[in-house]
Amino acid sequence: MILETVSQRRALLARSRTVAVVGASPDPTRPSYFVFSYLRTKGRFEVTPINPATAAIDGRKAYPSLAAYAAERGAPDIVDVFRRPAETAQVAREAIAVGAPCIWFQYGIATGEAVALADAAGLDVVVDRCLKVESARFDGGLALGGLDSGLITSKRVRPFDAPAR
Amino acid sequence: MQDHRFGFRTRALHAGTPPDPTTGARAMPLYLSSSFVFDSTEHAAELFALRTYGNIYSRIGNPTVAAFEERMASLEGGIGAVAFASGLAAQLAAILCVAQAGDHLVASAGLYGGTVTQFTVTLKRMGIDCTLVPGDDPAALRAAIRDNTKLVYTETIGNPAGNAADLEACAALAHECGLPLFVDNTFASPALCRPIEWGADVVVQSATKFISGHGTVIAGVVVESGRFDWRGGKHPLLATPSPGYHGMNFAETFDEYAFLMRARAEVLRDVGAALSPMSAWLLLQSLETLPLRMKAHVENARVVAEFLRGREEVAWINFAELDDSPYRALAAKYLPDGAGSIFTFGLRGGREAGRAFIEALELWSHLANVGDGKSLVIHPASTTHQQLGDDEMRAGGVSPEMIRLSVGLEDPADLIWDLENGLRAARAVASVGTAAP
Repeated sequence: MILETVSQRRALLARSRTVAVVGASPDPTRPSYFVFSYLRTKGRFEVTPINPATAAIDGRKAYPSLAAYAAERGAPDIVDVFRRPAETAQVAREAIAVGAPCIWFQYGIATGEAVALADAAGLDVVVDRCLKVESARFDGGLALGGLDSGLITSKRVRPFDAPAR
Repeated sequence: MQDHRFGFRTRALHAGTPPDPTTGARAMPLYLSSSFVFDSTEHAAELFALRTYGNIYSRIGNPTVAAFEERMASLEGGIGAVAFASGLAAQLAAILCVAQAGDHLVASAGLYGGTVTQFTVTLKRMGIDCTLVPGDDPAALRAAIRDNTKLVYTETIGNPAGNAADLEACAALAHECGLPLFVDNTFASPALCRPIEWGADVVVQSATKFISGHGTVIAGVVVESGRFDWRGGKHPLLATPSPGYHGMNFAETFDEYAFLMRARAEVLRDVGAALSPMSAWLLLQSLETLPLRMKAHVENARVVAEFLRGREEVAWINFAELDDSPYRALAAKYLPDGAGSIFTFGLRGGREAGRAFIEALELWSHLANVGDGKSLVIHPASTTHQQLGDDEMRAGGVSPEMIRLSVGLEDPADLIWDLENGLRAARAVASVGTAAP
C-alpha cells in the first residue's frame, strides 16, 4: 500500500526499528549521509548502510547488498532507497526478496515500475519523501527548525523518540 | 486517503504550538534562554554540522521563536520560516540569502520608503544594484532584468500609495527568467493574501504591523514556498559549495529546504538580527486573533473611507477597496476579503492643511507605524519619506498633501467623530473651505 497520509507515516515510523539505507554515502556532504547520520544519532532506529563500495560508515558496518544484510540480520523494517531512478525497480525486487515490509523512496527517484512492484508485493511504499524530514516531523525536529510540521493537535504527545545519549 | 486540512482560523490558533510535551502546558512556554546544553560532544558536532535539528544558541534558533516561525509558515502556506529582529532585517536577510556583491535585483518602485533606502543606499554600498521600476506593468519589470539579476521584488499592497500588485503576472515573468519572486506581504498579512498561492517564492514581512497588531514589538519574518529550484544556474550562493559550511551545497543537501537552511545557518547566524523569544511569544498571542482582527480592520476601513469620500476637504483617496480605485480589479482578485486597512488620501490645502488636520486629532495616534489595533495617522512627506528626493518620492506615489491612515479597531463612530475635528481644522487653514456640515 502506498502510504500517503501523515498518520500512516507516523504509524510506520512508530512500528519500525531497523532501517537499511541503500546507497548510503560516507561523504559527509551527501544527502544520504545526512539521513543516515540523523537516524543513527537520534538513537531510535538501528540504521545500516548498504553500499558495496564501503566497509563501514561512522562505525556502522556496511553490507554490499540487501541480501547480505538479511542473511545476517534478517529483513530490515524499512528499506530506504538512495539510488538513481533506473535502479529503483531492482532495489524493489531485492527488498521483496528479503521480505522487507516497507520500501521508502527518497525524493524524485521512484519509477512507476518500482512503486508498482513493491505495492503489488504487499509492501508499504513511501514515495518522494525524505526519511529524515518525516522522522523530524514527529520527533519535533522540524518544529525546532522553524519548519512547518503540518501537525495540529491538542493532545499531549510524548516526544517521538528519546534523544541520543 | 487524504490528510484532513485545517482551516486558516484553526491554524492561527494551533499551528506550531501543540501542548508542551514535557509539562503539558497548553500555551506556548516562553523559553528565555540564550543557550541550550548538548547531550554529548557528538550531539554538539551533529548540531553544528546541520545534520540534526535542535537548539544551540538563541541567535540561531529558539523554541518559542520556532513556534512563531512554524505558525507563520503554516498561515502563509510555505514550508518554513525564519524570524528576524525587524521587517527590514528579514528583508535584508532574504536578499543576502540569494545575492552578493556584483548582483542585481529588480523591484517595483511603489515601495515602503525604508525599503527604497535599504535597496538604493545600503545594498548599493554592499555592491548589490537595484532597479526600481515605476508603474504597474509587469512587462516593465521584465525589461529591467539583467544577466546578474537574482530576484524580482514587490509588495502585495504598496506603501503608501496603496497599489495592489499583479502577483500572478509578476511570478510568471520572474519564473520565465529563472528568478524567484519575493513579496512583502506586510500590508495584507496572510489573513487577506497569501502570495505563495499566486506563485511567489519568498514572502517577507514586518511582523510589527498586523501580525503583532498591538503595537508592542518590532519583528520580521521570511517564509519560503519550497518550490523554487535554486539549481537553475543563477543562484550560486545556494547551489555551489559554501565555505561557511565545509563545502556543503545547500541546494543539494537540503533540496526544497535549501533557502531556509541557508537563511538561518549562514545569514541569521552571521548577521545576528535574531528575534527575541519574548517578542515571539507576544506574536504568538497576537496571531491567534489575526483573522478576526483583519476582518474588523477591513470593516472599519471601509466605513472611514466612505466617510472621507463624501467630504469636500478631501481631494482624493487611494484605497483599493473603493470602486473607483484603479486597483479594484487586482484587489478583488488577490484580496477578496479586503485590501487591508491602510490607505492614503489628499487634503485640499496641501501641506499646511495636512499639518492642521493631524494636529487637531484627539483619538488617532500620530506616529510612524501601521497595523496597530489603535488607529494611526501620519504625513509621509514629512516623516517616513522625508529622506527621499522629490523624484524618488513621486516615483513611490507620495505627494506633499498625502495623509496615511491605518484604521484600527475602535468604534467607527468615534473614528469619524475625530476625523471631523481634523477636517474642521484643515478647512480653517485651507482657503477652499466652505464644506458641508
